[in-house]
Amino acid sequence: MTTHDSDLVRDADETNDRRPGTPRRGTGFLDGPLTLRTTPSATVGPFLAIGLTWPDGPFAVAEGTPGAVWLRGRVLDGNGDVVPDAMVETWQADPDGRFAHPDDPRGAATTEGFRGVGRSDTRHGEYAICTLKPGPVPDGEGGWQAPHVDVSVFARGLLDRVVTRVYFADEAQANAADPVLTGLSTEQRATLVAQPTEDGYRLDVHLQGDSETVFFAV
Amino acid sequence: MSGSPSSFVLPRYPPEDADQRTPVAFPGYRSTGLRAPLRTPVDLPHRLTEITGPVLGEDRVAPGDADLTLRAGGEAQGQRIVVFGRVLDSGGRPVPHALLEIWQANAAGRYRHVVDNWPAPLDPHFDGLGRVVTDSLGRYEFTTVKPGAYPWGNHHNAWRPAHIHFSLFGTAFTQRLVTQMYFPGDPLFGQDPIFNAIPPAARDRAIATFDLSRTQPDWALAYAWDVVLRGTDQTPFETDEDGDVA
Repeated sequence: MTTHDSDLVRDADETNDRRPGTPRRGTGFLDGPLTLRTTPSATVGPFLAIGLTWPDGPFAVAEGTPGAVWLRGRVLDGNGDVVPDAMVETWQADPDGRFAHPDDPRGAATTEGFRGVGRSDTRHGEYAICTLKPGPVPDGEGGWQAPHVDVSVFARGLLDRVVTRVYFADEAQANAADPVLTGLSTEQRATLVAQPTEDGYRLDVHLQGDSETVFFAV
Repeated sequence: MSGSPSSFVLPRYPPEDADQRTPVAFPGYRSTGLRAPLRTPVDLPHRLTEITGPVLGEDRVAPGDADLTLRAGGEAQGQRIVVFGRVLDSGGRPVPHALLEIWQANAAGRYRHVVDNWPAPLDPHFDGLGRVVTDSLGRYEFTTVKPGAYPWGNHHNAWRPAHIHFSLFGTAFTQRLVTQMYFPGDPLFGQDPIFNAIPPAARDRAIATFDLSRTQPDWALAYAWDVVLRGTDQTPFETDEDGDVA
């Protein structure tokens, strides 16, 4: 691949020049860290299945793996109708509460066959992710977060993703001490807690309505 | 707190200013009406789950995924273009080895999708799907055809400007981005609510730049488009008297 010169990319002279008061081209600041504005988001639109379908998307772990559970639920609009063209993505720790990522300060997780990420569209009426239940995760301040899954929901009609979390009803003690859940009302908490089913857990995502899911600004 | 084995300082990914971000809902885009949440989102401090994210790369890309013009044993119809650029974070740091997934309509403005059945032709040699991974300097490039505009039902005589959908994970959950890249000077911008939902100050960042120097003589036009994801704060954060992140 050949190189290209972009106005957005600092070159060596600008990067390395740390003399106070030296103008840095393109930043708008005389002295201070370079800050680029981020690219604005847009909706996935109705045709997301073309670009975002992975045959193995729903499988954060292979079906049949010991401890594998299905996390399922519907995505519902303000009329209570099922949204059939949404995509749900999940990101979570492994059963030991560790992440398959180099920025986990405890070292990257090593649960074989588990990748932490799941992706499911809702064309069949609900999302479905085959995964392992995560373990408790340190909150970074000496305490613990209850087992949880970070969730992004994308759909036509959403100009940016919306973010929520899934917790687990059979973790009542951990949930009661979770720093995120304890900041919410009882009604709000209920929108984030998945209920056990025969093969895993279930939680509907309510985009609007009386039981609108708690969404997070991240 | 310090000294506990599970205490650690993590990077934060400060959010972009609100007047530089696309809102989830926009009144002129009708589909947002029943779908965009109505309640104010709750702030979620960045902890381990948010500062990590899927590490995806070459394992999700097949040979040929970067060239959308050669599918099913033949050449796609349309204006051949190269789209290239860099994936950076807001601190100007390249995001290397990062997956980009793209999808688009064909040159006639038709998607290969069951719910797109307006009377424009499908192209047997164009499926509209591309995947690439950035190189060690965050650069990406793919070859495709310029997508056509297409009508939709948002309002009378509504047309989407030509665009290519982009999806990126970056390296952290906070960086996840799905967006659309537009082409310069499109006369359909003014009537398109999805484009106009972008705050005016941010719209230029959704539009590629024509780059004559990168056109390939007798072969393809070239458009440059850099994608900027949220970056980390560069200094260790401090806590105020309440223990909250300042």
